[in-house]
Amino acid sequence: MTLDLRYTDEQEQLRDSVRAMLADHAPWARVLKVAESPEPDDADLWRLLSVETGLAALAVPEHLGGAGATLAETAVVLEELGRAAAPVPYLGTAVAAQLLLHLGESELLRELAGGEVIALALPFDVGPAGSVPPTGSSAVSARGATAGARSAVFGSAPGSGSSPESRLRLPSVEVSTAADGSPLLNGTVSSIADALRARVLLVPAGGALFAVEADAAGLTRTPVVSLDETRPLCDISMWNAPARLLAAGDRAASTLDAALVAGAALLASEQLGLAQWCLDTTVAHLKTRYQFGRPVGSFQALKHRLADLWVELVQARAVARHAAACAAQGDPDARLAAALAQAHCGPVALRAAEECVQMHGGIGFTWEHPAHLYLKRAKSTAVAYGTAAHHRATLATLTDLTPA
Amino acid sequence: MAEPVTAEDLQERVDGFLAGHDVAGDRLEFLRARFDAGLAWVHYPVGLGGLGAPRVLQPVVDQRFAAAGAPDNSPRRIGIGLGMAAPTILRHGTAEQRARFLRPLWTAQEVWCQLFSEPGAGSDLAGVATRAVRDGDGWLVDGQKVWTSMAHQARWGILLARTDPAAPKHAGLTYFLCDMHAPGVEVRPLRQATGEAEFNEVFLSGVRLGDELRLGAVGEGWAVARTTLMNERVAIGGAALPREGGMIGVLTRTWRTRPELRTPALHDEVLRLWVRAEALRLTGIRLRQQLAAGEPGPEGSAMKLAFAALTQQISGAEVELLGAEGLRHDHWRADRPEELDLLGRGPTYRWLRAKGNSIEGGTSEVLRNIVAERVLGLPAEPRQDTGVAWKDLPR
Repeated sequence: MTLDLRYTDEQEQLRDSVRAMLADHAPWARVLKVAESPEPDDADLWRLLSVETGLAALAVPEHLGGAGATLAETAVVLEELGRAAAPVPYLGTAVAAQLLLHLGESELLRELAGGEVIALALPFDVGPAGSVPPTGSSAVSARGATAGARSAVFGSAPGSGSSPESRLRLPSVEVSTAADGSPLLNGTVSSIADALRARVLLVPAGGALFAVEADAAGLTRTPVVSLDETRPLCDISMWNAPARLLAAGDRAASTLDAALVAGAALLASEQLGLAQWCLDTTVAHLKTRYQFGRPVGSFQALKHRLADLWVELVQARAVARHAAACAAQGDPDARLAAALAQAHCGPVALRAAEECVQMHGGIGFTWEHPAHLYLKRAKSTAVAYGTAAHHRATLATLTDLTPA
Repeated sequence: MAEPVTAEDLQERVDGFLAGHDVAGDRLEFLRARFDAGLAWVHYPVGLGGLGAPRVLQPVVDQRFAAAGAPDNSPRRIGIGLGMAAPTILRHGTAEQRARFLRPLWTAQEVWCQLFSEPGAGSDLAGVATRAVRDGDGWLVDGQKVWTSMAHQARWGILLARTDPAAPKHAGLTYFLCDMHAPGVEVRPLRQATGEAEFNEVFLSGVRLGDELRLGAVGEGWAVARTTLMNERVAIGGAALPREGGMIGVLTRTWRTRPELRTPALHDEVLRLWVRAEALRLTGIRLRQQLAAGEPGPEGSAMKLAFAALTQQISGAEVELLGAEGLRHDHWRADRPEELDLLGRGPTYRWLRAKGNSIEGGTSEVLRNIVAERVLGLPAEPRQDTGVAWKDLPR
């Protein structure tokens, strides 16, 4: 099946309206101000995106209060949010929505569509597994088949082996039972994105998925000073925190996996928008900055680097659209498409941001220029949902390109 | 305006044509009849091998003929004619020139070559020194061209020559259709780093061309040549391939079938190249979808730039993967291949031939300038040749 990789007219209109909205409500000076403030995000902008325009629940069906669109439209919004480095918990909410859709959690979806933030409580760097999660009720982990690849892992089952992953800092959340038989969670999860304003946290633990109220007794949420303050991370610790079981066994594994595949696919569009801003801004600067009596943009040493960056961006657009289309349509290629998109778009966005800083010269290294916001976000997204190396390892598994 | 032609119309026309023409009969007669039926290149005008139909419908026709076992016009052999000479003649030719040249070009009865590059005019094509001087009612041409593929087979060449050395370089050019059988045309094989002679040098010594072989007005050669060059970049876009369908497939096949060659570092290299190849493949799919919808973008230049770098890196990795085995070459004979096969022969051939990809059809450096200036709108490099008579330029 050949998917259409172009934007539809409706998607272009969506882009125009989101871009106009962000130009009004998220100019970079405001983005910086929010990032410097103790606030986790821009509450007014989030309210605009969620409550007033419904853009935060684009891919949620209409009967659950959403817009009934698809992840292909969500991806277009993310391009524009990436372009603005907008400080809103949009990506994490979109991923949580995918997880809830898989589980048919209508009530939580209605809350999400109403503007509440719901977050998946995993470290931001956890990406989808390199293969379909193993079946069988004993499966407690959905590890990548490739050694060394960090992948979606349900809370470490005790004695789950000496594989390289077990040495990594994986969330360790244990499940116990209250007197009335309801589950209680104990443990910590660190470096979670888009969770500071969340009302509900979706927590993988002991091979199952749980929902925990963010204000539940025994749950502590601690903001951390983050590289990307436009998307600050937090740690949570749970001490007998009351939880509700959402899914267990294979259903939990496949649901979490599908949500992470969607996250990796969607992130590519955010990276694309970020890279496009960096390229556009740098080109504009080089046209007006004069040194040696000529615009510095006329020097081939700079022009050629920007031409190469544009070539990378053209390709990033194709792979990001492909990943979004596959995710939107539930294509069997979705896992591969998401891994490809992350293996390509993460490095492109980072390079775009690095070139933006470098080609702006001194001004690009100042706090007063927005370039640093994009640089930090680009590096943060290069790690989010798995590094490019993680995704290459996934591709090795999916394409039967076995390691040495 | 007639009703727009649809895919169904074309299939019916092809079926009707096939009912009246024997695919096993005389090849040239069959192709001529196909041209006359407007089923050669459907986007060309009626009477010139087409139906004025959308270009995207051409595969419908080609696939129908191929499925019926019909002879084709060896498109790879006449790529320069189809991709470059024909659109230029269509756009700038007189009615007589179109009628004379397009039919035998399409049927492959007459092969075309391109007489553009010269030893002193490569990236700076507008600096060509080959002179065309008025000679009664015609022209006398003297000069040397280089990198001319198919010149030894060609009946005609598209020729860029200088008619006014006192004008600034772009203004003094005129475009001709060169009779390759005319006295004074000498073709010599040009051997390249691969050992073979894909290309030629063409020496033009007092070659007389009638004025009816001039394409476009005197002094308008650069504008005409730009039509040719724009079409060259479209032609390089290439066909849709399945995943791992290009050079990457050669490398991955070796990786999968030769576990003894694997190393961790090369594993990551193979995966990086796989990612780039698949990204470029999807970019090509997206580009073709845009072209089909009549939204041609500048992405063709991106394809060419990325393709050149990728083939060089993939073929280089393959030689390293093979180790000492990769250092063995099949032969250094000066073959004269008629069709370019970038995947043919062995790994060292592929590696060497790929070096040409970033030079032929516009060097990667010139393409980066084009992208930077025409796509990104960056200012041009200051130049020394603006407004200066060509004859006064340093060379």
